[in-house]
Amino acid sequence: MKTEAQTLDEIMDLAAQHFKVPRGKLEPDEDFFKALNIDSLQALDLLTRLENHFHVEMPDYELQGVTDFRTLANRIQARL
Amino acid sequence: MLDLRQYPSLGAALRDALEHWPNETCLIEADRDKEKTRLTYSDFKELARPLTRALQDADFREGDRAAIIMSNQSKWLVSAYAIFYCGGVLVPLDFKLTAAEHLQLLAHCKAKFLIVEYYLWRAIMQSPSFKSHGVKTVLVTESPLRADLGGAYRWEDFHRKGEPIFIDRQRDDVACIVYSSGTGGRPKGCVLTHENYLEQCTSLTAWYPFWPGVRYLSILPTNHAIDFMVGFIGPFVCGACVVHLRTLRPEYVRDAFVRYRISYMSLVPMVLKNLERGLKAKFDELPPAQRFMLDRMIALNKLLTRRRPNVKLSRRLLGQVHKAFGGQLLALFTGGAFMEPSTLQFFYDLGIPVANGYGLTEAGTALTLNDFEPFRADTVGRPLPGVELRVLSPDSEGIGEVSVHSKTVMSHYLDAPELTAETIVDGWLLTGDLGRFDFTGHLQLFGRKKNMIVTEGGKNIYPEDIETVFEGVPVKEYCVFAANYVWPAKQLGKETLMLVLRFDQNQQLDTALLDDINARNRRLADFKRIGGYLIWDRDFPRTASLKIKRTALAEEIGKSAERSAVVSL
Repeated sequence: MKTEAQTLDEIMDLAAQHFKVPRGKLEPDEDFFKALNIDSLQALDLLTRLENHFHVEMPDYELQGVTDFRTLANRIQARL
Repeated sequence: MLDLRQYPSLGAALRDALEHWPNETCLIEADRDKEKTRLTYSDFKELARPLTRALQDADFREGDRAAIIMSNQSKWLVSAYAIFYCGGVLVPLDFKLTAAEHLQLLAHCKAKFLIVEYYLWRAIMQSPSFKSHGVKTVLVTESPLRADLGGAYRWEDFHRKGEPIFIDRQRDDVACIVYSSGTGGRPKGCVLTHENYLEQCTSLTAWYPFWPGVRYLSILPTNHAIDFMVGFIGPFVCGACVVHLRTLRPEYVRDAFVRYRISYMSLVPMVLKNLERGLKAKFDELPPAQRFMLDRMIALNKLLTRRRPNVKLSRRLLGQVHKAFGGQLLALFTGGAFMEPSTLQFFYDLGIPVANGYGLTEAGTALTLNDFEPFRADTVGRPLPGVELRVLSPDSEGIGEVSVHSKTVMSHYLDAPELTAETIVDGWLLTGDLGRFDFTGHLQLFGRKKNMIVTEGGKNIYPEDIETVFEGVPVKEYCVFAANYVWPAKQLGKETLMLVLRFDQNQQLDTALLDDINARNRRLADFKRIGGYLIWDRDFPRTASLKIKRTALAEEIGKSAERSAVVSL
């Protein structure tokens, strides 16, 4: 079982790689829409990739109101 | 199509639609790649009947208000049908609002019934203001069997045997109350009549008809005015089919076009741009020879469809592209927010016409729409049949405020006579949007006279509605404006909100204050956030009752400061 810190790290790794943003520039509590320069559809696209990576399924509404990596990690961790 | 001139109400028209095409499919609901529901008009009637009867047995009466808070799904339509059948007034609320905002609007419209999705109801129950809600009966869809629903009923169990009694309404009776804004203390509930909707449906289907076999892909929530009309009323009174996709994830949207052989779809600019990005990425991956051929075919299609679209020809010339959209696509609809002309042109050149339109909640669904005779990417089309538009006090370039006279214009704002009187003057609705007509009678928009923005996701955001989040920020005073309202840009797009800060004496901007502003900003939904701040060195003008004189302040800032003084957040 992954720790929450590992989950968070892997989310940021994947986001950085997918949206071609330097990994070092991402912070856990940062607004990922701004940090990755993405809109809400691209955020859903990221969610699909995270689902595949962590082997979980999350409804779209799980992303409603979530804007930082840490909260996203919490939501994913709860389903691992 | 039913002859809507013969119908006094939406309820009567929908009831006849279910009788008229019993064996046609009216609804398909899919979640990702799994089909969850498929209903014929006859199945729909059977599903709605026990719910309608149960509503009536629970004392839901003619003129009573029932709100729906649900994401995009078939139960939305079944519930709305039941409400209209009972002669009720439907209040479609935006499911993306917060629980506190939902409770505020439920109280404002005095809803007697509420039909809500389980995850949204859970959030509402956890809201501090939950206990004060005045809704008599709440129905919750898709809740687990033993979930604590706080006194609400499971939608799936809310059934009664027996035939419900159809309660008809007249054309000028209220059909819906739709909030165009108003979570910041000034709710703007547009009261729309059955006539408004029946007339809107007649004019839209005159240009873009539906018929049995036509499939409309619905990804916008049905509380959205466009989806309510084009993804519910329009297809139903024509015997067509609505396909609900319960996810916005781009890969499943693309799949749905093919799987369900979609004919029409409405989308907001954000989704259209996403489709454009996806297509362009695919084109870029093509080997050089194939790419060369594709570009030649696009150029040929562009030449041959210069005067009007020819979908059949475009499908032959650009078969692979059209195959990716299911091969049956007739048109896409977009509107409500600024759409880049280059994106519209990109799709048109591929033989996929995107009908860009313009409308506002106060005037039904759409006032203008592109009829492609010819295609004009830089306009929002021509007035729909029955819609009269005027440009008031045009300047030297012919640009002025757009006003409208039409049977689709709302009756009034709920419980706001002064606001109504300011907005509807001598039967003409003042839109607050700036535009002019070009020489072919197409409307071009150039910005807004009103202090608000429309996002790429099609959301109207009013500064007053988000200002409360900055309450308590340690400055002398503050105010939120749409930047284009302060510095009229004579163009749409690049719309952003800014926070104007007036400091206390000797106060300076420091990291703590910036962190505070950022933290507050992040409490807002992502589409509602301010884009920057401006430090202002004068006290705000105020009324005798100490309210900020927003117009005067905006003028003052516009004259004395440059837009470049706004610091991005």
